[in-house]
Amino acid sequence: MTLEPIAAFLEATVRTATPLALAALGETVTERAGVINIGLEGAILAGAFGALVGAGLAGGLGGAALGFAGGALAGLAAAALFACFAVWLRADQIITGTAVTLAALGLTGTLYRTLFGETGAALATPTTPPLSLPGLSALPLVGRALFAQPPATYAVYLLVPALWWWMRRTHAGLALRAVGERPDAAVAAGIRPVRVQLAATLFGGALGGLAGATLVVAQAGTFAEGMSAGRGFIAIAIVVLGRWSALGVAGAALLFGGASALQYLFQAMGWTLPYQLFLALPYLLTLVVLASVSGRVAAPAALGQREL
Amino acid sequence: MLRPLLLGAATATAAAAALALLLAASGFPPAPALAALWNGAFGSTDALLSATLVRATPLVLAGLAVALAFRAGILNVGAEGQLLAGGAAAATIGTLGAPSLGVLSAPLALVGGTAAGALWAGVAALLRRRFGVLEVISTIMLNFVALHAVGWLVRGPLQEPLRIYPQSPALPDVARLPALVPGTRLHVGFALAVLGCAAVWVVLRHTAAGFRLRMVGLNPAAAASAGRIDVPAVGMRAFLASGALAGLAGAVEVAGVTYALYENLSPGYGYTAIAVALLARLHPLGVLASGALFGALEAGAGAMQRDAGVPAVVVVAVEALLVLLVLGADQLRARGVLRRPPVRSAPRLAAETAPIEATP
Repeated sequence: MTLEPIAAFLEATVRTATPLALAALGETVTERAGVINIGLEGAILAGAFGALVGAGLAGGLGGAALGFAGGALAGLAAAALFACFAVWLRADQIITGTAVTLAALGLTGTLYRTLFGETGAALATPTTPPLSLPGLSALPLVGRALFAQPPATYAVYLLVPALWWWMRRTHAGLALRAVGERPDAAVAAGIRPVRVQLAATLFGGALGGLAGATLVVAQAGTFAEGMSAGRGFIAIAIVVLGRWSALGVAGAALLFGGASALQYLFQAMGWTLPYQLFLALPYLLTLVVLASVSGRVAAPAALGQREL
Repeated sequence: MLRPLLLGAATATAAAAALALLLAASGFPPAPALAALWNGAFGSTDALLSATLVRATPLVLAGLAVALAFRAGILNVGAEGQLLAGGAAAATIGTLGAPSLGVLSAPLALVGGTAAGALWAGVAALLRRRFGVLEVISTIMLNFVALHAVGWLVRGPLQEPLRIYPQSPALPDVARLPALVPGTRLHVGFALAVLGCAAVWVVLRHTAAGFRLRMVGLNPAAAASAGRIDVPAVGMRAFLASGALAGLAGAVEVAGVTYALYENLSPGYGYTAIAVALLARLHPLGVLASGALFGALEAGAGAMQRDAGVPAVVVVAVEALLVLLVLGADQLRARGVLRRPPVRSAPRLAAETAPIEATP
């Protein structure tokens, strides 16, 4: 048996895991500050649209870079809307997040049709081609999967250890975790919880926006209404599975990438099963995973808490 | 009696203002667009009955489902999936069962859809009770599973006999809901939605079970210790009832409007339902009003797109803005910025509005 289908499966796994990891890493920071942002789904969608606008302003590789900038900005805006109500006004976080996701769905749909026409003809944006690292990408089986990916994937490679170190080993990271666990103790230590939560929420939104930009600029090369397709909610499940740690979240994102990529493997192997089963697989996996880890992992103690 | 009317008028005005702002911001002249929307929603008896109220029916039923669950502190955001499950069950019973069921087809399709919705919610209820899975995430995941399951059904076992289109065969006449007003598209499903709102209101307001449900939503700890209420059991029952209502919404849509099952059966009714319930501040009769408002917005949006060239999806943004407006007003009131009116507010929005200490 040739290894080619497996290598292709691994390559697709890392590719699908990249936006999930970006969004989940951002949400990890947000939740560590005690804020659960269900509006992450909206931030991803806004980011995808922002990337379309940014990449559309310029062509070529500059367009791709602008696409990522536009995506991050749009994700930031969605998170700012959420933070205005949930962090500043202390409204219910779940309800606010749901409203923000709805708002993103409506606004991106409207703006898309307004700016790019009623037909919604598939607009091609510049994409970032895979960047092969010389030598490493020639490794058998995993070479292409790990080292011939779009630049966004390499950004995740850098972000995971950086966030892990930052949350564990710096004063700022400690302050973040203190706000999420014991806001009253954080106040006593001279930390301002609202500011920390605001910053953490905005950071999570920006990364969610980058995840959306990855979908457009590094993968699809175009925008579609509602293209986030629940990735924000899957990312929240990934955070739970990854136990609110950067390393765990990266591993969990790979698992979900694999579940989504299984369909390619099955096609390559010629196994015939209804393809909707594979489309539903990541969502089913989320349920199974949450059922097996919930209650046995400790979320930040003040997660979702409205009073500081 | 005056207060709800004023609130309703204020909300409708806010919706129009938000829409006008959004239109102006995206470069459309607001006046002709708003006029087109008004005509499409209320311009004629037919617009009101065949467009607005038909569109409002699934929104009211699904909104009622969300409101009932939220009142018990269950964050069921899976009305979309439960609605699809109900639609699929109704289509199955309506097409395959009609020859043997005869005149019972339509009622049984609705009963089957209701049961299927409760069953779909039951999966999330079980996951919550047995494994402690947050229903906010599980119900959203089940929405996507339901969507793909419907996609499989209409391309597999339930596909129309010619096997060309991804949809079920059309329901025979005997399985369709009769018209409520002859000559219009308004079907008896709308009457069911109105009755449902009244029934839920009576149950919540005047029965012991409704009282327990509200207690659990307002303060589970107090309900358990002072009221000796079995909090998890009450929550589960509310969850199942909520799913049943959402399933009924899907069944009514299939048997009353589309007459077939297909993938795009719901243009996000289950998600809009969350906004419907929140705008009504989880009051069953308020759901009727906010569902009608959103029905009018969405029915009018079609006309606005046709006559003024404004993308219909803009109303989704308006709906979300209205919800944020209500949330913001509640919070500002809780902080004493706005005057606190003597209205009973939603449990989750009220239970936790203890004064927030200013951070030093």
